[in-house]
Parts: sequence; structure tokens; C-alpha cells
Amino acid sequence: MNCKGVIREISNYIDGDLDLAMKQELERHLEHCEDCQMVVDQTRLTVEVFCDSQPVELPGDVKSRLHDALRRKLQEKSN
Amino acid sequence: MLYATFIVPEARMRPPIGLRKPLSAPNPHRLPSTIARDDEHLLVAAAKRGDAHAFEELVNRYEAKIFRLTLNITRNREDAEDAMQDAFLKSYAHLKSFHEDSRFYTWLVRIAANEALMRLRKRRPNQFSLDEPVEGDEDLMPRELEDWGPSPEQRFAQTEMHEILSEVIDKLEPDFRVVFVLRDVEELSTEETSKVLGISVPAVKSRLLRARLKLRQKLNRYFRQGDTN
Repeated sequence: MNCKGVIREISNYIDGDLDLAMKQELERHLEHCEDCQMVVDQTRLTVEVFCDSQPVELPGDVKSRLHDALRRKLQEKSN
Repeated sequence: MLYATFIVPEARMRPPIGLRKPLSAPNPHRLPSTIARDDEHLLVAAAKRGDAHAFEELVNRYEAKIFRLTLNITRNREDAEDAMQDAFLKSYAHLKSFHEDSRFYTWLVRIAANEALMRLRKRRPNQFSLDEPVEGDEDLMPRELEDWGPSPEQRFAQTEMHEILSEVIDKLEPDFRVVFVLRDVEELSTEETSKVLGISVPAVKSRLLRARLKLRQKLNRYFRQGDTN
């Protein structure tokens, strides 16, 4: 596998979606290609920083409008 | 205008990725089963029986996440708020037709994503299309390769990281952004993402690959060693 092949499969590799033979081939390339190893590490970190991020608290005005709308809907339904 | 929608936990015990280390098996990231709490189905059952407090509890639990989702898709606060509100109202109106073949949260994400996509299409009719084929392989090769150093995510304060993530995702093209948001931020499976967007699994994978590589490229500006902005 060459560098282009690694980049094409990087997502599947990070997600653990490669079959064993392909995974081993890719890892053999990574053992001697520092650039590809760097791209793999950085792409994995990219996914992790977004994946680990937590949503901010809902702004107060947005929250009160949402709950007002919800109460109106619940009221409608109970009438 | 940018809207910060992410908070990154400051202290996490993770090996520094920027350091050279022996190859190890990749760690597939978490799927939606880790998001929802165990009592979700009890609340859903109570809400279906007409318990308004149970539904409000579900709203309280997921409102921030759903707002982040709609904001990440639309990148417009007004549209994001409308989409979130309509998603909760529609989920309440159609609760009886939710047969619990998936988690309530996943079902809610589908509704909210569709509401947000509808608004994005309306606001940017010529800029957003999932029907266009993605480019060939030529553009995939990374252009800037610089060492990010150990733990770049710990070099930044929470609010700084927050702004960085919002800024880079804001610059990603909408058709890549929606796939990335559903798959990597909301942690839907590839199949679920494909169903929500109405595109094939290979099309999801292809856009996800490009989205991840583009975001890596954009983060390079902030994370490269020696740089703090």
C-alpha cells in the first residue's frame, strides 16, 4: 500500500472498519512512513476533539422560548 | 458570525497523540448507545401515556445537544432555534408513532437533522446539495504536514478550544459538514447517517473521509507545535 492508499482508507482504519489483511497492510506502511503516521494520528485526534466536546448550555432566552412553545402545545393537547 | 457550540473537557487522561508511539489497534469511537441514559425508555413510556412532566424531562435532557446539532448544520442561530423547537414539538406530536426500534435520542436527532437540513436548503439553495458527486482522489493528499506536539488539545483553555472548533467547522462546506456532524459529533452510525440524509452508505463514507481530512487541515493552523493561534 502506498501513501495514497493509506489516505483513502484512513477513515475506515480509524473506525476499525478495515478487514484484517488491509489493516495489516496499512500498518506495515505506517511503520516506515512518518508522514502517514502523522496524518493518521492527527485525523484521529480531529475526530476525538469533536466527539468529546460537550454542548454548551442552552442560552436562557432560547430555553424559555422553547419551553413556552412546549407548554402551549401541551395545553392545546389537554384541552 | 460564529457561534460557539462546543466545550472540550480540559483535563482528559489520554496519551498524547502528537508523540511518536508504537502502532496500536485503532479505537473505534463511541456509538449512540453511550449517549442515552438507561431510564430513557421509562420517560418515553410515561410521555406516551400523556405524562407532560416526563416529556419535559426528555426535553431538558436533550435540548442543549439538539441545539448544538441544529446550529452545527444550519450555522444560523435563528434557523437553529426554529429547527430545534419544531423538532421537539413534532416529536411530541408523533410520539405514539415512535415504536422504540431505536433510542428516543436517535429518533429525535433524525427529526432535528431533517428540520435543520430543510432550513439550510432553503437558505442556501445553490450551495448545498448532497446529490453532487464528490471530487476524485487527487485532492485528498494532505498539503500541510506539521507536528502538533504532545496533547495539543490541552494547550488551549476550554473557551479557546471551543472557539477553534466552531471556527473550523463553520468553514467546512455544508455537504461535508452535515455528514461529519451526524457521524462524528452526534455519533450516529454510518447507516443511520445514510438514512437521515437519504444518500448511500458509500456516499456517507466518502464525504466523511473528506470532511475529516479537511478539518485536520484546518486544525493544523491552530495545533501545529509552537503556534498558539
